[in-house]
Amino acid sequence: MSVLPYVVAVWVCVIGLIGIVTSRNFVHLALCLTLTQSSTYVLLLAVGYFNGGGPPIFKGVKPGTTAVDPVVQSLALTDIVVSVTVLALILALALDVQKQAGTDDPDEVHELSG
Amino acid sequence: MNWLVPLPVAVPLVCAALITATDHVLPRLAKDAIGIAAAAGTLAFAVVLCFESGRHQLVHWFGGWEPRGGLAIGIAFKVDPLGAAMCALAAFVVLLALLYSLTFMEEAAPFFDALVLVCCAALCGFALSADLFNLFVWLELAGVAAFALTGLEIRRIGPLQGAVNFAIVNTLGGYFVLIAVALIYGRTGALNLAQIGRSLASERADGLVVVSLTLVTAGFLCKAAVVPFHFWLADAYAVAPTPVCAVFAGAMTDIGLFGVARVYWTAFSGAVGADAGELLLALGVVTAVLGGVMAFLQRHLKRMLAYSVVCHIGIMLAGVGLLSAKGLAGAATMLVAHGLATAGLFFAGGLLLARERSVDELALRGKGVGRRGLAVLWFAGALALAGPPYIGTFLGHSLIDDAAVGAGRSWTLPFLWLAGACASAALVRAGARIFLGWGASDDPLLTRGPAERPPRRGTRTGLTSVVCATAIACGFVVSLVPGFGQRAEAAATQFVDRTAYAAVVLDGKTVARPPRPPVALEPSSTSTLLYASGAVLVALALAGYGLRPHRSTRPVAAIKAAHSGVVGDYVAWLTVGTALIGGVWALMLH
Repeated sequence: MSVLPYVVAVWVCVIGLIGIVTSRNFVHLALCLTLTQSSTYVLLLAVGYFNGGGPPIFKGVKPGTTAVDPVVQSLALTDIVVSVTVLALILALALDVQKQAGTDDPDEVHELSG
Repeated sequence: MNWLVPLPVAVPLVCAALITATDHVLPRLAKDAIGIAAAAGTLAFAVVLCFESGRHQLVHWFGGWEPRGGLAIGIAFKVDPLGAAMCALAAFVVLLALLYSLTFMEEAAPFFDALVLVCCAALCGFALSADLFNLFVWLELAGVAAFALTGLEIRRIGPLQGAVNFAIVNTLGGYFVLIAVALIYGRTGALNLAQIGRSLASERADGLVVVSLTLVTAGFLCKAAVVPFHFWLADAYAVAPTPVCAVFAGAMTDIGLFGVARVYWTAFSGAVGADAGELLLALGVVTAVLGGVMAFLQRHLKRMLAYSVVCHIGIMLAGVGLLSAKGLAGAATMLVAHGLATAGLFFAGGLLLARERSVDELALRGKGVGRRGLAVLWFAGALALAGPPYIGTFLGHSLIDDAAVGAGRSWTLPFLWLAGACASAALVRAGARIFLGWGASDDPLLTRGPAERPPRRGTRTGLTSVVCATAIACGFVVSLVPGFGQRAEAAATQFVDRTAYAAVVLDGKTVARPPRPPVALEPSSTSTLLYASGAVLVALALAGYGLRPHRSTRPVAAIKAAHSGVVGDYVAWLTVGTALIGGVWALMLH
């Protein structure tokens, strides 16, 4: 098992965070959030991977055949469902911010502070 | 009784779906009735579970996938008294919020009832779940419902900004939890908390365990709004509709602390030992003090209450961070008193908004003169938060004091009491300005909040006043209930017992019950009584100081500037905070 997927996961997570911190556009912000989330997919799949493991489909396969871990795949699936909901909500809010404030830059919205 | 276990989650979820599905068919009244019945039902089930879980071991394996030989494949709900009490509190606050919204939110969002019920179900699921991944799912479900509830008023920019800040910070927190879940699963091959705990206990904490503990803690602390993850909270609370604020303050924010306690005691306590508590204690003290100071600098009542929530979250985190059953019991009893009193104060703010068309302390100056009932409720709630002897949060403070002295951490006591007094002082000051007409009519020290849209004129406020009075009265008398402190302590003792938890969940064993605690009022130590009386005096003195006009805002300019309202800054703080927690723990636990 190579260390590469873990490096990729950390890298994707960190550039997503940097993107959110420096973002000047709500849609860009939402996409950076999705990027951070993608790192969890890479991590989950890497955690469940076995060298030489086949897909976890056991119909018509000899018992004892090595397969990758199906649990992490279902976790990733749940993760996708949860996160798409969040993404949709944030994009909807971003759309309304654009309508009400006429800007899509988080730094330009000064309604709340202190 | 095991069949009862999933009901506090299933009932509100099914009713939320029913309300949404019949949206175009049923009249509003019928939908409200379904919502209120669902919340009341959830409350009833949760209360039954709370009492039953003291007598029986309640574990429910979904689909009958029970563990074999200590290996859990299925997903379980494990009921313990503290978890069930958390469910009951959530259901009670949701019930009050739904009753409040009956007369107040007529033209508001159509899905308010459904979203609040989903939030309630998710909070109950979180409190009962014995599965780490499911904790993440419930956290996100509660989060999504809460983001939507915050941004209900999509025609004003304030709620939109608050909802976006809330959503981004909390979602990132959720991803941190998920990364931790993946790492722990990779290490132990388990998602069940009990099995993780057993697996981790057999070895010393290494880098991977520390990183997972850091990420899962940081994720939950985002939800709990602990410094430096707290910035979103004031933004979200200041703009969310009043009943939503009550649900957030009463149950949702505290669930993050519950998560930290649950995961630490079931999964990590064997591997990392008690050293992890120091940092939580320090974070709790800092959060309490900063929350108290920030509350004092607000003139927008909801934003003031929001920072008061931050302050009390800090005090409760300090209780959890002492890592003893007594400290946890203190946090739990404070959670009940503080949650109910704060929810009641939010309702009172909503009443002021309906009658006087504002929630701004300075704009309301003298407007409330003659509103005796509301004034009494406001001052009662504000004082209950400071914790005078045997009132409001006193019992929680008292138990945390005992735990801190027992652990040799008595230096925390003055900070915790002072912080609570400071938050209380802000509310007393606001009450004196509004209901007595005292104090200066302008104060540049205070932060102006976003304007609030009042409900339609002539809205009947009878039921709402009853709801408000109920919440504040319940919060006020919690410390006086005989046997409450002892029961909380017995429940906390059960909560912190990792091996018993694992034996019940994985081996289906029954664990010997502790003897029934007596039904009596526990006497508090003299120092606690002194602190409590002192806190009230300090709160009153500070309130008097706050009523005087101030000229300069310079001393607090920096601390205010940090709360910038820009989500990028918040995420930068989140990243730095997580790195700091990880760094400190890496040095302490490795």
